[in-house]
Parts: sequence; C-alpha cells; structure tokens
Amino acid sequence: MAGKTVSEKIFDAHHVDNPAGDMHVISLDAVFCHEITTPVAINDLAARGKDRVFDPEKIMVVIDHVTPAKDSKTAMQGKILRDWARRNGIPRFFDVGRNGVCHALFPEKGFVRPGYTVIMGDSHTCTHGAFGAFAAGVGTTDLEVGILKGVCAFRYPGTMKIVVNGKLSPGVYAKDLILHIIGKIGVNGATDRVIEFAGPVIDEMSMESRMTLCNMAVEVGATSGICYPDETTVEYLWPFIRDEYDSPDAALADCRKWLPDPDAAYETVMAIDASEIPPLTTFGYRPDNVRPVSEMEKTPVDQVYIGSCTNGRIEDLRVAANVLAEKKIADTVRGIVSPATPGIFNQALAEGIIQTFMDAGFCVTNPTCGACLGMSCGVIAEGEVCASTTNRNFYGRMGKGGMVHLMSPATAAATALAGYITNSNLYNG
Amino acid sequence: MDQTTNHFSGSVLFLDRNDINTDEIIPAKYLTEISKEALKPYLLEDLDLPGFDPDTDLAGRRAIVTRANFGCGSSREHAPWALEANGIRMVIAGSFARIFRQNMFNCGMLAVELPADVIESLFAGFSGSETTVTADLESGLLHFSANGKTEEIPFSISEFDRALVKAGGWLEFADNKY
Repeated sequence: MAGKTVSEKIFDAHHVDNPAGDMHVISLDAVFCHEITTPVAINDLAARGKDRVFDPEKIMVVIDHVTPAKDSKTAMQGKILRDWARRNGIPRFFDVGRNGVCHALFPEKGFVRPGYTVIMGDSHTCTHGAFGAFAAGVGTTDLEVGILKGVCAFRYPGTMKIVVNGKLSPGVYAKDLILHIIGKIGVNGATDRVIEFAGPVIDEMSMESRMTLCNMAVEVGATSGICYPDETTVEYLWPFIRDEYDSPDAALADCRKWLPDPDAAYETVMAIDASEIPPLTTFGYRPDNVRPVSEMEKTPVDQVYIGSCTNGRIEDLRVAANVLAEKKIADTVRGIVSPATPGIFNQALAEGIIQTFMDAGFCVTNPTCGACLGMSCGVIAEGEVCASTTNRNFYGRMGKGGMVHLMSPATAAATALAGYITNSNLYNG
Repeated sequence: MDQTTNHFSGSVLFLDRNDINTDEIIPAKYLTEISKEALKPYLLEDLDLPGFDPDTDLAGRRAIVTRANFGCGSSREHAPWALEANGIRMVIAGSFARIFRQNMFNCGMLAVELPADVIESLFAGFSGSETTVTADLESGLLHFSANGKTEEIPFSISEFDRALVKAGGWLEFADNKY
C-alpha cells in the first residue's frame, strides 16, 4: 500500500466521519472569522436558537476587510462580530488598532501549526498551508457548521506535487514563482486538489515567501497549498511553542510526522526550474494571463498598491523600500502601501521603511484588505490601471471598469518610480 | 408535490464563457449587506460578457447553463445567495470551482456538472431560443425544451450532494449528525 501525502496524513488524523463516497468530515483545530462572511452565519445561528460556538479557544476573529468602518453597513458588520465574540467568550478577537489582514495577522500570532486543520470564510485561507497545515477557504454555511460543531466536510483530496529546482534570479521573488505556476497550469489546473510545494527553492524560502506562494494556490483552484514544516517553520513558531518542547530540535522532530511518506502517491508531479523565471506580471482579467515584465514594459499605470495577504508582510515592504530608497514616484502615479498588520507596521517604522515610502510619495494606510477587492482605501475609477501586489486581476476587482496588473513588491515599487510597468533590477543596482 | 424534483425547474439563462468568477456574480462592494435578499439587484452586475444586460436578461430565470470553472475566485456564499434571491437555484456547467460548488449544495441548491461536449451541444441546440429545464433527481435526467424541441440529458450528483439537497443544506444535515 502506498504511503500518504501531507494532506492524507492530516485528514486521517482528524477523521470524524465518511458520510458518503469520497467525502470526509474532519475535525477542526482552528476556525478563523472576519466581518464579511461571518455575520450572516452569526445571525442564522441566533435565528435557529443555536447562538453558541464549539470551542471559544479555537475560534479566532478579526475585522479586516473594511476597517475602520467606512459607513453604517460596515459598522454594523463589525458590531455583529464584536458582540458575538463577547457574548460567546471568544478571547482572540482583533478590533481596530490591533487588527490586520487575517492571513498575515493569524500566522504572526502563532495560531497555525504543522498538521492543523483550518477553515475560514475566505478563499485565501490556503495561505496557512505554508506551515504544513491543511487550510481551506469555505463559504458561510461551512463556516457556520465549523463554528457550531467544529467539523467540515471535504473530498479526500488528491495531491499535486510541484518541485521547484534551481535558484530564483535577482529581482525575481515568490510572487513571480507562483504567477509562473499559475500561468503554466491555468486557473482550474488544480481544482479540488492540494498542492505540495517542494524542492530546494522552497526549502530556502522564508515563511513570508512560503505564505505568498501558498496564498495564490486557490488561483489554480487548489483547496490548499502546503509547504513542508522544517527548521524555518520551527524558528518562526518558536516563541509560541517554546513551552511545549524542550528544544527547537524536539519541535522539529515532532513536526516531521507531517512530512509526506517517501512512497506517497501523487496524482501529478511537476518540476519547475526557478532559474528560468523572469519578473512576471498579468495582462488580462484572469490570474493565468501571465507575461514577463519585459513584454509589458512601458504600460502606464495610475495607481500602485503594495499590501494584502499576498504581499503585505515585512519582507515585502523591505524589498519595495530597497527599490524606492531616496527616489520619488512618478507624478502621474498614486502610490498606496498597506502594511498588513500592526506588528508589520511597527517593524517597518523601526526600520525606517515607512519613512522611505513617505519620502517617495506613497500614502501609508492602516492594515486592511480594503483596496485589494475594491471595498475601501484605494478603489480605482473606471478606465484606470493599478499595478498591484495582490492576488486577483478579475474584471472590476479593485473598482468597476478598472484593470489590475499583479506583480511582486519589487516590480510594483519600480513601476511606481517609472510611472509604467518596468523591471526592478533597473533601480536595484 | 415532490420538492426535490420540482424545485429545480424553469427558464434557462445561457452564459457563454469559461471562468466566470464570484466577483462578477456579486461584486465585493455589495458584501456589506447582511441579508441575502438585499443582494437581489446586483446579480451578475460586473459580468464580462458582451451583449449581456442583467437588467433585461435575468427576469424570470430559474437556471443557468454555462461552461468551465464557474464560480472561481472568492469564497463568498453571497454568489449562490444572489442567484437564489433572483429565483435561480440550479447551475449546469462544464465544471465548477470547489468552494462555489460546495456552497450551492450547502444551501440545498443544485450544481450539475456535464461533459464539455454535452454543454457545447446545449449551447448549439438551445441557447438561441427561450428554453426551460427541469432536473429530475430521481431519474437522473435533465429535461430541456424549447420551441417544441425537447432533449433528455442524463446527469449524476454524488450521494453526499443528494443528501444535502434532500436535507435542505449542510447545516440541516450536520446539525442532526455531528
């Protein structure tokens, strides 16, 4: 009998029921909630006389999509979430001032561990697979059942393994790698599957880069993207797990039980040579419309946005600030940067990065998802073009009738300086 | 009346495109609504499909026939809710994105996958005419008709999906069981 993939191991360790066919009901280690997809579940539970949660310690809650509230409707969404967290005794609730983009904030707080099962009413929940977890975006009904019962149903997922060899070139980052993969396999190339990212390039990546990679697994339809837990994972999590293990080595040994078996059966295995990947961007309304920056060179942009659950972490801000240092963005461009969490904002302040952005002419916003999905803090007008470090270039995504070009923080920063899409290596020495 | 049969019947809206995403089905700016009915006027407002006008093309529709990867992108269950608020409780597609498909069944609605060549034949045979479809879950047949022309297309959904439809959704199913 063949060995198991990471997600097969996680599913088997969390097995609750097999109601029919290949559907498996699994227990959940964490249920994440935000103010856009949770209020309807909260109201429905209350209407059914079931205003309770399966375990307040396993539910983490944040207001992040529109924050601070921009109008009466978004204020009410926040209030429903806030009141619910209070009356159900949920201790981990992050309100204005302490809140940030969910998929940056929750990892930073140490809420995700190797082998965990995580759901959230947000498609980019796959980000947390960077920690060797099975983390999946779900709709509000799945979220509601997760809140009430602590379980969720999934098809037993087949796994696609992507082995990344070689070395990323200067000016090429995790964002370019995932855009390359999306361009190669297409927007439904991994529907209903889990992707395991493996190989030397992934082994050398920081947790931030791994999160960027796993974040966009859903853009090929994948249920979750997974990186193998290793020294880098343990080092990141050590402040949160130090009471549970005698040493980082002991933690690492424990994490290894979530590695795939050597004879695990994969549906597909794909090898990628990272050395061949240039800086990339998108050109249409689908994330698999990917082209080298060189072919999009001189495409004028009206706005540059650096932030989001894909690329709003400290590493991203450092890379962008390095490009921007002692330069001014083009007069024709509006630059907006949203550090993804208060922790990242503080770190960027301490390192002088916020100053660099402001000196260059950027507007610095509070941590929020806002602009990425055209809700607040940087919506673009009809006919406008935004160079963005976010994850979706859908028609109307950042504002009705607008065009979005997805790219890395380095390319976005260079584009802000030039006023048109260009390669960051021109500015990076 | 057998609810599971007659719940999925009526006029068909043909959407001739792959990869219609949930931002197109219901733009994010309307996600500040906290009632499903409030989404009704905004269904498919941002659909990138030449010739389509939501103001005139949605009235009276009860089902959608479309191509591959319908419902990709955001996990927002507001997409099936906006469909349901407009009376559309069935989508027939070449394929679906996972979360959207699950959301449909979780709401007790029907997401039917058919092979690409069958979808192609439906577009070729029916998309130019006012068409109705009825899904019969017991016999596993879709009955299409337009201008006196009829066609029966076999379909299948999994035992689990059928159980969700019969229960009225995942919450109803799970609440009794777990």
